[in-house]
Amino acid sequence: MLHTVILLCLCIMAVAVVLNMLRLLKGPDLPDRILALDTLYINAIALIILLGLYLDSDLFFEAALLIAVMGFVGTVAIAKHLLRGDIIE
Amino acid sequence: MLDAIHSATAVEWIVASLILLGSLFALIGSIGLWKLPDFFMRLHGPTKATTLGVGALVIGSLIYFSSRGEGLSMHELLITIFLFLTAPVSANMLAKAAMHQRAKRVERTKGQPWD
Repeated sequence: MLHTVILLCLCIMAVAVVLNMLRLLKGPDLPDRILALDTLYINAIALIILLGLYLDSDLFFEAALLIAVMGFVGTVAIAKHLLRGDIIE
Repeated sequence: MLDAIHSATAVEWIVASLILLGSLFALIGSIGLWKLPDFFMRLHGPTKATTLGVGALVIGSLIYFSSRGEGLSMHELLITIFLFLTAPVSANMLAKAAMHQRAKRVERTKGQPWD
């Protein structure tokens, strides 16, 4: 049963990723696109956790943690760049 | 399919409901990101829903990997803790950047911090 539910959840997350991509392409302003990228990396973490459950392997959590750290740093850096016009002053 | 439902253990039920809840929350956050009218409303959807969604997913996988008899598996919890710490910070930075850029807003969004 868990197998079927994980497949269903992977489909749901794929729909969520498609919605984020649409916002990333459409987004009228720059902050909208940054927000879409932010949501996109969080959804990628969810997809990786689901893949780890599906393949029954706990090797994927380090990758998810790395994506979380790098995504946060990237979001803060781009937002800082919009605020100041510079990342490291 | 019915056989699979009858033979499912309690752990499988809990894990299945948690990951279903988590992905539905993430989907709702993304629908909010797509449907809401201006940036400050769009900020609301994903920053709440995706952290809760990933939180439920991670707790589900924590229960699953802890139930395999190899001891308690806690390092998934790091992802949740990190996301819960960083989501408000990045949302705050994004809101400040949008205010700096004077992002367009609809009439219902109250408050004009740059006036």
